[in-house]
Amino acid sequence: MINKRRSTAVLLGLLAATALAGPPPASADETTEPAAEPPKVELVLDVSGSMRARDIDGRSRISVAQQAFNEVVDALPEETELGIRVLGATYRGKDKKQGCLDTQQIVPVGPVDRTQAKAAVATLRPTGFTPVGLALRSAAQDLGTGTTARRIVLITDGEDTCAPPDPCDVARELAARGTRLVVDTLGLAPDAKVRRQLLCIAGATGGTYTAAESAEELTGRIKQLVDRAKDTYTATPTVVDGTAGCVDAPLLSPGVYTDREEFSTHRWYRVPVRPGQELRASVSIALDRPVRPDHGVLLRATTGDGRELVRGVDAGSGRTDVISAGLRWSDAEGSPAPKPSEGTLVEPDIVCLVVSNSFAPRAGTEARPGMPVELTVGVVDASPAPAGPGLGRGWLLLAVLTVAGLLTGLVAGLLTRWWVATWREN
Amino acid sequence: MRTPLIVSAAALVAVVGPALPAAAAAPTPSPGAATVTKAGTSFLTATAITAGQPVRVGASTGDYLYWSFTASAGQVHRVSATVSFPKARGGPSVWSVDVFDGLRRRQACTTGAQTPLVDATATSVELGCTLREVRSWADPWSADPLPGTYYVRLAVAELPEADLGLPVDVDLLVSTASDAGSAADDGELQAPLTADNRAGAVLTGEPTPAPVPESDGAGWLPGLGSRWAWTTAGGILAAVAGVVGFGLTRRPRRP
Repeated sequence: MINKRRSTAVLLGLLAATALAGPPPASADETTEPAAEPPKVELVLDVSGSMRARDIDGRSRISVAQQAFNEVVDALPEETELGIRVLGATYRGKDKKQGCLDTQQIVPVGPVDRTQAKAAVATLRPTGFTPVGLALRSAAQDLGTGTTARRIVLITDGEDTCAPPDPCDVARELAARGTRLVVDTLGLAPDAKVRRQLLCIAGATGGTYTAAESAEELTGRIKQLVDRAKDTYTATPTVVDGTAGCVDAPLLSPGVYTDREEFSTHRWYRVPVRPGQELRASVSIALDRPVRPDHGVLLRATTGDGRELVRGVDAGSGRTDVISAGLRWSDAEGSPAPKPSEGTLVEPDIVCLVVSNSFAPRAGTEARPGMPVELTVGVVDASPAPAGPGLGRGWLLLAVLTVAGLLTGLVAGLLTRWWVATWREN
Repeated sequence: MRTPLIVSAAALVAVVGPALPAAAAAPTPSPGAATVTKAGTSFLTATAITAGQPVRVGASTGDYLYWSFTASAGQVHRVSATVSFPKARGGPSVWSVDVFDGLRRRQACTTGAQTPLVDATATSVELGCTLREVRSWADPWSADPLPGTYYVRLAVAELPEADLGLPVDVDLLVSTASDAGSAADDGELQAPLTADNRAGAVLTGEPTPAPVPESDGAGWLPGLGSRWAWTTAGGILAAVAGVVGFGLTRRPRRP
């Protein structure tokens, strides 16, 4: 009797729970807090002597760039803060030391005064050297530090004439700083050397490279990059410093983190996971420098004493931007330890996550700073394994039951007839 | 004569039926869907699209373009893309479309030209990838496709270095190839595999103990679901069939 009542109550409760559960919870994307900062972009334009060359649709490179800048300034999204920096614009002399310091910000990063910005661009005349590295460093300073991503759009037609510092090293060094910085590069009628240099700068910061051979291409691309800054600048992970062992590893809450990992090293992190919860983690390692073609990444979850729980792995060959792996883990039901009763306090499990890579540097590839690692951590309710249902489903089930019923009826009927017949006879 | 004919016709439908959608012409965008003209450049900045929404974006050769879409249990998605080359190229190239789940785990393609090789003279290349059916539940240790976010990455995998940076036009469409739906009682994922893209916070103190969550109870009773209805209907049918069967054995009444 009691059992019956209880099961009725359970049924009713289940019914109510199903009705109340309603639609699934909103995804995490919607809860992103609005960023306090506006998107910040700086255009860095090469105004060195080579920009005089008239090889883009019969016009000089600088006039094409000036036209593109005017159109970009006109079409600038309202909230975007834009700055413009030039390099090689003023020094006419032959002294390399002097010429390699020649970079100025002609429009400060901030809400843009369109007329003023256009006037500043219109006065530019191709002049001096090409100190790309210094210009990048200064542009990073112009953009300042903060929690959101900054974007530099570098437009040049010639390779750096002022190395050292090598602009590619500068880009990698800037990217490894706390503030996220992306350098997109545009080559104006580029040759092989310029292309290689710009590819290196773009690759080191997670940016893109474009070869522009017409005014239309240049304008379209700069507009696209400035728009992209508006759409994506808030996606910035927290910087974390993984350790070489689990004991003193940083304790992470759900979210996205970024770190750096050198060749053949391990980075450890810890995540608290309560009973009844599931850990989800994924990691991406970016190939920001030339490495040998074959590569791999391994993400493992271990207990505090080093026993492996689960691993995620991926490997690849050839050209790629990132290589990623992910894993899920939850405490299996029916673990040997006795289940604590409801309401008692229990310590969460501390799960260690370790990221390792199998990249091989090419000859001359710098090992430091390490390659960018992006780690996402999620802790959600565990999804228990469905119990053997005990109930059936499907047309075949109906058919089997019906045939079985029919046969049973037939047999029962025949038996009854036989029994009645024998009973009558006796 | 008639019965075998019907049976064989039914068998033909059963065999050909599922194959028909796959053999059908190229997928078409759903009517009225707005064209997306953007693409992200990383997992974090992937542009969200929905199935049936066409994408058309200009890009540079060498860019890694990311989009994300949401899949639910029982669905099979197909990604189809066309990359066209407005400018002459220096040599053959290999393009690739990769699909990752919400945990950035690489997903297998069951059919489709995932990494086609394209000649230097070709003006466009078609890529495709049909994913596996999304399960409603899977072991944490397995890599089966689960409900949640999926990322699509389109990029060039091999090419002559001189071709990097040249403009390309990309058309992409994610379509739902089939949708079987799913019943909740085959296991359910408590939270979809959606990446939490907020910046994380490093915890300073050790985590505090918390009470054990209350269990649902009644573990022996399957949850409410379609299986109850199917089984009950089966029982009723069996009872009716039993009565009919019993009735068949009765002697016909003499008038």
